[in-house]
Amino acid sequence: MQETLDRLIREVLHEDPQVWAGSWVVYAAALLAVGFGLTVFGALVAGLTSWWERRIAARMQSRIGPNRVGPQGTLQFLADALKLIVKEDLVPPESDQMLFRIAPYFVMTGFALTFVVLPFGYHLSATRMNVGLFYLIAVTALVVVGIMLSGWASNSKWALFGGMRAAAQVVSYEIPGGMLALVPILMAGSLDLHEIIRAQGGFPWDWFVFQTPWGFIAFFLFFATQLAEGNRTPFDLPEAESELVAGYMTEYSGIRFGYYFLAEWGNLWVMSAVISTLFLGGWQVPFVSAETLAGWEAAGTVPVAFYGVSTAVFVTKVVVLMNVIIWVRWTLPRIRVDQMMSVCWKYLVPIGMGLVLLAALTEVLSFQLFGDAAKGPAPLGTPRGALHLAFFAVAGAVPTVLFFRKIFRNIRLTGDRIDLTNW
Amino acid sequence: MSAEALLFYVFALCTVVSAGAVVLARGPMTSAMSLVATFFFLAGVYALLWAHTIAVLQVLVYAGAIMVLFLFVIMLLSMTEPEPAMKLNVARVVGALSAVGLGAALIASFWKLPTQPMGWAEDSARAAAFGTLKTVGEIIYTRYLLPFESVSLLLLAAIVGAVVVAKPRI
Repeated sequence: MQETLDRLIREVLHEDPQVWAGSWVVYAAALLAVGFGLTVFGALVAGLTSWWERRIAARMQSRIGPNRVGPQGTLQFLADALKLIVKEDLVPPESDQMLFRIAPYFVMTGFALTFVVLPFGYHLSATRMNVGLFYLIAVTALVVVGIMLSGWASNSKWALFGGMRAAAQVVSYEIPGGMLALVPILMAGSLDLHEIIRAQGGFPWDWFVFQTPWGFIAFFLFFATQLAEGNRTPFDLPEAESELVAGYMTEYSGIRFGYYFLAEWGNLWVMSAVISTLFLGGWQVPFVSAETLAGWEAAGTVPVAFYGVSTAVFVTKVVVLMNVIIWVRWTLPRIRVDQMMSVCWKYLVPIGMGLVLLAALTEVLSFQLFGDAAKGPAPLGTPRGALHLAFFAVAGAVPTVLFFRKIFRNIRLTGDRIDLTNW
Repeated sequence: MSAEALLFYVFALCTVVSAGAVVLARGPMTSAMSLVATFFFLAGVYALLWAHTIAVLQVLVYAGAIMVLFLFVIMLLSMTEPEPAMKLNVARVVGALSAVGLGAALIASFWKLPTQPMGWAEDSARAAAFGTLKTVGEIIYTRYLLPFESVSLLLLAAIVGAVVVAKPRI
């Protein structure tokens, strides 16, 4: 970002950014503006997702859902937020007053800090870090601290149980999550989110999920660990309403209650963006190969449209993933606490370790076989590209075709039809 | 004063203040939260030293995993009564001695500081590589392999010890 600002200072203000004292003011103002913009973006995404999720849930349960405020109910989240702001902000007298009040801000901060490195499109992210993915995992830990704090500070049985469950769950699932994230990191050879995306390609067979069997398995398991870390069904035990009232947020009301939901729904975007970056090719546009892009960059003529198209591609992938997460929530029942723990420690952790070893072995073998061409997207003509396409056909295309054949056969046999009329 | 120096003083002051709060706070939960703040400000100091990997690891391991475990233990114990006044015993004496020793070692390191500016800002190749994951990983797995492996052995011993303590009959 500094280069852009330096150019701005040089061309608009006609000052030398190296010596001009005012450049610090410009940097600070830009930091504040970008931070504000990203936080607002996160809040808007969270709000719209809340409406979208309620509409999908209603659709899956043959209801209508919120459709009164604004066109199709899109402004429902504003009405909800307004209601939460004007409601009384109750602090239980028995609670730890200060910790009770600050706990939601830990959750909000942990959520907002992720946007510092999240990519949105080609060259579009607040900053690039060589430890980008590490940073993401690190700051999301603040969310757990906030949830535990709220559970403890509320001084209530249900909240304490919820906080303990959240801590046990998120800390446990961070371990397989980190291991499974190592698989695409090994394939890309970098932790920088943009570098990971650039090591993939625009077509599905260039994505890490379809390059090797390890990536394919890791994708689904990583998806599950992300659900668990975001406290989403089937892993929403910390707030299990049938057992714990509302878990860690039982005692909260007003806008502090709203912050938890803001972070939870906003986290859908964060999860989906991370998954799509690591496994689904991120902002890579089909038919724009790595060579074309490198050529544009060398000549300094990256078309403006490419920024837009790559952002559109990325956002599409993220929205599709968010939809899948919402479908999962309204399809699967919640699992039990002991099941949650055994899934993590008895299955995900050992499988994750095995996948990391196999992925590393594959990388070493691939380096022996293909030499310098072992990393990055492989064109179809090369042997590596052909391998990827073959695996894509086996793991991706064929099962998809079979799945849809089965679905259509079932629809034909039962005489049912897909009814989309009541949206 | 440059922006780095200003940020350093902000981070350093906050680190010292929150570290003091860890020791002086009455409630264990307040202490724990001050410790989280200390780790964050310390990560800021590391980032100013261009040690990005260490900064992120600081937050990831200490402020994340270890703090959650601390909070977990505090919740389980639910200490509402203030601790009785301190009594002198062997553990306290050893603890005080190691604290004094660590303090002496840190103060002694002041004499090892270079007197001339290191001029790294001009050395762009070094600045680009310093503190990145690649460089740190390379150094750990070549020059400091033995200390690294002994630390992992220590962790393994800790895990085995925890299992033995938790389950007398396996």
